[in-house]
Amino acid sequence: MDIIFEKVSYVYQKNTPFEHQAIQNLSFHIPSGAFVAIVGHTGSGKSTVIQHLNGLLRPTKGEVRIGEYILSSDQKIKELKQLREKVGVVFQYPEHQLFEETVVKDIAFGPQNFGVSQNEIEARTKSAFEAVGLSEELRERSPFDLSGGQMRRVAIAGILAIQPEVLVLDEPTAGLDPKGHREIMSMFKRLHRENELTTILVTHSMEDALEYADHVIILDHGTKYMEGKPEEVLIQKDKLQAVQLDVPEIIQFLFRVENIFGVKIPYQGQSIVDLASELNRLIRGDGSSE
Amino acid sequence: MEKRIVTFRNVSFRYRESLPWVLNNVSFSINADEWVAIIGHNGSGKSTIAKLMNGLLTPQEGEILVNGTPVTPETIWEIRKNIGMVFQNPDNQFVGTTVQDDVAFGLENRGFPRKEMVKRIKQTLLQVGMEAYTLHEPHRLSGGQKQRVAIAGVLAIAPQVIILDEATAMLDPRGRLEIMETMHHVKEQHNVSFIMITHDLKEVVRADRVIVMSEGKVVEIAPPRDIFAKKEKLQQSGLDIPFVAKLVDELTKLGTKLSKEPLNHDELLEELWTLYLKR
Ligand SMILES: Nc1ncnc2c1ncn2[C@@H]1O[C@H](COP(=O)(O)OP(=O)(O)OP(=O)(O)O)[C@@H](O)[C@H]1O
Ligand SMILES: Nc1ncnc2c1ncn2[C@@H]1O[C@H](COP(=O)(O)OP(=O)(O)OP(=O)(O)O)[C@@H](O)[C@H]1O
Ligand SMILES: [Mg+2]
Ligand SMILES: [Mg+2]
Repeated sequence: MDIIFEKVSYVYQKNTPFEHQAIQNLSFHIPSGAFVAIVGHTGSGKSTVIQHLNGLLRPTKGEVRIGEYILSSDQKIKELKQLREKVGVVFQYPEHQLFEETVVKDIAFGPQNFGVSQNEIEARTKSAFEAVGLSEELRERSPFDLSGGQMRRVAIAGILAIQPEVLVLDEPTAGLDPKGHREIMSMFKRLHRENELTTILVTHSMEDALEYADHVIILDHGTKYMEGKPEEVLIQKDKLQAVQLDVPEIIQFLFRVENIFGVKIPYQGQSIVDLASELNRLIRGDGSSE
Repeated sequence: MEKRIVTFRNVSFRYRESLPWVLNNVSFSINADEWVAIIGHNGSGKSTIAKLMNGLLTPQEGEILVNGTPVTPETIWEIRKNIGMVFQNPDNQFVGTTVQDDVAFGLENRGFPRKEMVKRIKQTLLQVGMEAYTLHEPHRLSGGQKQRVAIAGVLAIAPQVIILDEATAMLDPRGRLEIMETMHHVKEQHNVSFIMITHDLKEVVRADRVIVMSEGKVVEIAPPRDIFAKKEKLQQSGLDIPFVAKLVDELTKLGTKLSKEPLNHDELLEELWTLYLKR
């Protein structure tokens, strides 16, 4: 399903003294099967964008198209439930999407709601539970009697169990420990690759945007600030810093090397191992990186 | 002798009798003025420690002292005046209907005079970059804005102990740096001891000491340099080492001899430059 934003504006609490324009004249196109990162400062409008994707919000102006579904100020989606089966959203704060009595019931809720057969529900719940690395003893626990990172994992599992065509992730790794972070991001990448799952990732991690996305959209105060390939956009230090962002750590480091040694080691997606050998040659004066 | 501000003595805790112990014989102490990071895998007991510190939970075994006073139902109100905490999910702590009221709440509770309150509210909202939102409802803010307001709330009361439980997880990269700088500044100015629970290794690197939790036990207490030298051990408990430490690791494998474990870009680059000059 292609996702198209066409001159979209959204105003919260319109016609009240608290009226607040969160996005403004925003247009972009996410082709089916893409992995897109949306990045931007605190309050730049990322979560607002995302809430349009499953019809929680409707544009105040402009139009959002998700496959055949169209959202606009005068057009309400009749098949909202269908849309939500196709577009799974993991919200920024997991508490907002947990509500069942037990962890397994919570994960099973989505497929149940969409009329999936009992056998299939059980199979999906089991595999989603395992995919997010939850430990067995938490199965029957109330989802509110969990640590922050455990709640996050349950919220992710609940969306995986729906098996959506589009996966929308609003800072899905906030609160995960480093191992969970790595494992769960690789899982998203694998799902994206193997099932051609369209994936939209909101993140403050420039490193993740660089590593996992094939396209990045940068927002600033509700408008599109930059857009393009991560390896081209995420090296523009001055432009990024001007909007509260930064380049990924490896690129920060390469800039410093250039400053100090006067030698440019270009970023070419090298791993830390590759970078170490380039640095090693540099300090030995092999000059091969010039 | 250094003044101990928080002490845990053989503390064990479980949420209910029917549930497993989540803290097992935990002991440590934190000095006044110290910056301590607590790290550990999901569910290792970090937030539980934070809630025990300000008496939201009570241990079944062991003793917790704040400023030398045991935390008990009788002492807890006094103790809480000296502790400011930002929870993992700020929604759980908003009490005011506007951002400004919310920051005011802690000040009111501690009996600050009106004039001082107004000054501090203004100043701290400015410090966290939320001055344009004073009359907004805290619940209608973006994720990162909520965190900023919650942080302003503790900065305003400038307590002896500030506990941040993953309080910067939703901030943009510059915002995170700015808040860290602000915290550093406040710590220097007001002799605050600062306890930071985080998964962000860049934040951990700046701490004086790190407490590593695994499965409800303290597995290590040491300065960051020593902690990150033990890569295998950390990775076993679901953790990792920062970018610079990884790079150092690979450089060492290639036979590059670095004199100490560099922790940040500056330290590593300085060592590399020295080697380059001696080539
Ligand atoms: N329910 C709401 N009512 C009124 N204003 C809101 C509401 N939710 C968000 N806003 C405002 O809209 C703007 C965009 O918010 P949004 O949540 O989309 O930002 P974000 O990019 O997701 O930020 P963050 O990285 O902090 O999560 C912010 O200025 C915020 O204060
Ligand atoms: N209210 C509760 N009732 C029962 N058990 C709980 C409750 N809160 C947490 N736990 C359990 O206690 C253990 C420790 O939780 P805690 O929140 O202290 O972990 P944490 O180290 O902060 O983890 P995270 O990094 O995920 O935030 C976990 O196994 C968790 O499931
Ligand atoms: Mg958001
Ligand atoms: Mg926690």
